[in-house]
Amino acid sequence: MSAPPNTARDAILGRLKAAPGRPGPDLPPWTPPTYADKLARFRQMAEANHAEIHDVTAANWLERLATILNNRGVGRLMVAPGTPRGDALLRAAAQGVPLPTLVPYDQSVEVLKDALVHQVDAGLTGTRGAIAETGTLILWPTAQEPRLLSLLPPLHIAVLEEDTLHDTLAAVVRDQGWAAGMPTNALLISGPSKTSDIEQTLAYGVHGPKELIILLVRKEGE
Amino acid sequence: MVADGGMPPDHGPRFAERAPDALNNPQLRRNFRRAMDGLMAKRAAQFPDPAYWAELRERGAAVKARALSRLPDLLERLESRLTANGVQVHWAETTEEANAIVLGILQQAGARTVIKGKSMVSEEMHLNAHLERHGIEAVESDLGEYIIQLAGETPSHIVMPCIHKNKDEISDLFAEKIPGLERTGDVDELTAAARRVLRERFANADAGISGVNFAVAETGTLVLIENEGNGRLSTTLPPLHIAVTGIEKVVETLDDIPPLLALLPRSATGQPITTYVNMISSPRKAGEKDGPTAVHLVLLDGGRSRVYQDVELADTLRCIRCAACMNHCPVYTRVGGHTYNAIYPGPIGKILTPQLQGLDAAGDQPHASTLCNACAEVCPVKIPIPDLLVRLRREAVRPTETPATHLPVVKDGGAERSWTESLVWAGWRLVYTRPLLYRMVTRALAWGGNWVPANAPLMRDWTKARAKPRFKPRTLHDLARERGYLNEVPK
Repeated sequence: MSAPPNTARDAILGRLKAAPGRPGPDLPPWTPPTYADKLARFRQMAEANHAEIHDVTAANWLERLATILNNRGVGRLMVAPGTPRGDALLRAAAQGVPLPTLVPYDQSVEVLKDALVHQVDAGLTGTRGAIAETGTLILWPTAQEPRLLSLLPPLHIAVLEEDTLHDTLAAVVRDQGWAAGMPTNALLISGPSKTSDIEQTLAYGVHGPKELIILLVRKEGE
Repeated sequence: MVADGGMPPDHGPRFAERAPDALNNPQLRRNFRRAMDGLMAKRAAQFPDPAYWAELRERGAAVKARALSRLPDLLERLESRLTANGVQVHWAETTEEANAIVLGILQQAGARTVIKGKSMVSEEMHLNAHLERHGIEAVESDLGEYIIQLAGETPSHIVMPCIHKNKDEISDLFAEKIPGLERTGDVDELTAAARRVLRERFANADAGISGVNFAVAETGTLVLIENEGNGRLSTTLPPLHIAVTGIEKVVETLDDIPPLLALLPRSATGQPITTYVNMISSPRKAGEKDGPTAVHLVLLDGGRSRVYQDVELADTLRCIRCAACMNHCPVYTRVGGHTYNAIYPGPIGKILTPQLQGLDAAGDQPHASTLCNACAEVCPVKIPIPDLLVRLRREAVRPTETPATHLPVVKDGGAERSWTESLVWAGWRLVYTRPLLYRMVTRALAWGGNWVPANAPLMRDWTKARAKPRFKPRTLHDLARERGYLNEVPK
C-alpha cells in the first residue's frame, strides 16, 4: 500500500534520512534474573504490590471464591461467559450454589456501560500467566473476556494457574513468541490501581480496582 | 526548512530571575525536599547490585541508541505495521500541526469532551488550551494532572506533576472546586473524590487522548505505563483513542521492551514495575466487546529531527522520561520545576528545551547547572547530560553549522554571544598565558581590587547572584613561595 501524499511525513523522514549516519551499537549482553523458587518470588512481589493471594485447587476454587465473595459482601460479580471460569460460575449459580448476582459481560460496552461503571462490585478474569520477578499478572483480553472486566469493577479477582509462572517479562516474551502476534491489548497488572500523587502517600483504587485478589490454583491439588 | 520547536518562545522571566522566588519559599522547598529525598532513596533501593545496574543500563542505552541509528526506517516500519493493524498514523512537523490533526480527528467524530491520560507531548503542544479554544473540553485524569488542571497550573515534574503542592493546598483546592465536597485532609477521601468526579467524565467522554512510552516497530504496538488505571480507561472506555508521541519513542523489537521496562519505573518512582503496562496494537476487532473502534497515532517532530542532525546532541533523544535526572539534581531539588519556565524542567529539560525552542528563548537553561554529574550517573540510558550542557553553552556563543543546510546546528545558535564576554575571556587568556603580566595583574588586584565597587560594569552581572570576591592583600603565588613551594616549570 502506498502512503497518501503527506508533506509533513515526507519532510520529517527526509530530514532524518539526510542526517549523518551513525553506527547502531550491537546490543550488549543482559541476563535477566531467574528464580529457583518462582512461586515464592511471585508471592513476595505480588503481596508487596498489595495483591491478596488465596491458594486454591482446581477442585475447590469455586467454593473458596464463593466464601471470599460472601465474606466481603460482594453483591454483583461480573463474569465472562465463554471462558472456563466464567461458564463454571454461571453453571454453579444456576445449580443454586450461593454466589453473588452474576452479571455476564455478554454485550458490548456501549450496552453495558452503566452496569460496568456504576453497578458491579467485582470482576473475575483468568490470566495468561504471571511474572515472578515483579509479581505481575499477564492478561490478554479476548472477545469473551473483555478489557474493562479487569479495570472498572472496584474488586478484580484473577485466576492464576501455578504452572504458568515465568521468571521475567523478557523470558515470557521470548518463550511464547509474543512478537509473532500481539493481541488488540496485552496487559501486565501488578496490584490494584494506585496513586501517590498527593504527598507521595499511597492510596488505592484511584481509577481502577481498589483491591486485587489472586486465586492461585496450585498444582498439587489436582 | 527545518521545523522549529513549536513551543511558543518564552518571553517570561528567565531562570535566574525566577530562582530567588523559589529559593525563598520555605513551603515549596520543604515539598520538594521531602519528595526528592523519598524518590532518591526508593530508586537506590531498586538497584542494589551495581554490576547488574551497569549491565542493564548498557542494554537500555544500546536499545535506544540502535533505534535512533535506524530512526527513519523504524518510523516507516512502525507506520506500516500500525496501519496494517488498523491504527491510523499521522505526522506533524510542529506542535501547531499536531494540534490541528488532533482537533480534526475530534471534529470529524463529533467529539465534545475528551478524557486525557498523562502525556508530556500534549503539554508540549498546549493541547488542552487549543481544544478549549475550539469548544472541546479536555479533562486530565491522572490525579496529579487533574489537580494542577483544577488549579490552573502547569506540571512541575514530568512524572509527578503536582509534587510542588502539599496535602493542605490540595484539600483547599478540592473543597473549592469539587461541588459538594467537604474539606478533608484525608488522602484516601481526596482520592475517592477524584475517582467519583472522573469516573463520570470517563463514562461520558467522546474520546480519550494519551501519550506513549514506547512504540514497537516490529509489532506496531504502543506501550503505556501507569499506576492509576486512568491511562487504561482513557485508551479503552471512549469510542475513540488518539495517542500523541514524539518520533523518538520508537524502538525496533518487542524484545527491546523488557530492559526498558526494567529501567523506567525503577528509575522514575523506585517501583519494580508500574501497576499497569498497557500494550495496544489495534482498535476493537470484530466481535470484541470493548476498546475504541478507532485508534490514531500522531507522530510529532517538533524540532526533534533537527536535534537528530548532530550525532552528539542526538543522544538527547534517547531519553525515556523517567525524571531520575531531576530527582537527583542539586539545582532542581532546590528550585522546583516551575523555575525553569519550560515544559521539561531539570537536567533533561536544560538540554532539550534549548534544542526544541532555540538558544534565543532558552539559552540560559544550560547555565542553570553545577555540572556535578549526578544526572549522568543515574540516567538509565546513559545520556551524557553534563557534556551536552557544555556543548550547548558553546553553541550559544560559538555556533557550529549543519553542513547540508548551513544553519546553526542548534536553533538560534550564537544567540548568547556577547562582545563583553568575548573581551573578558580574551583578556583572561592574555593574562593567564603570560607569567609576568599575570604577576602584575594579581598584584594590582591584591592592592586595589577591593576598591572596585560591586556594581561596576563587568562586575554587575556577576554580583547579581553572588557575593563580590574579597581580594587578600597577598597573592597565592606569594603565599606559596613563602611556604617553600618551588616554582616548577612543567617540561
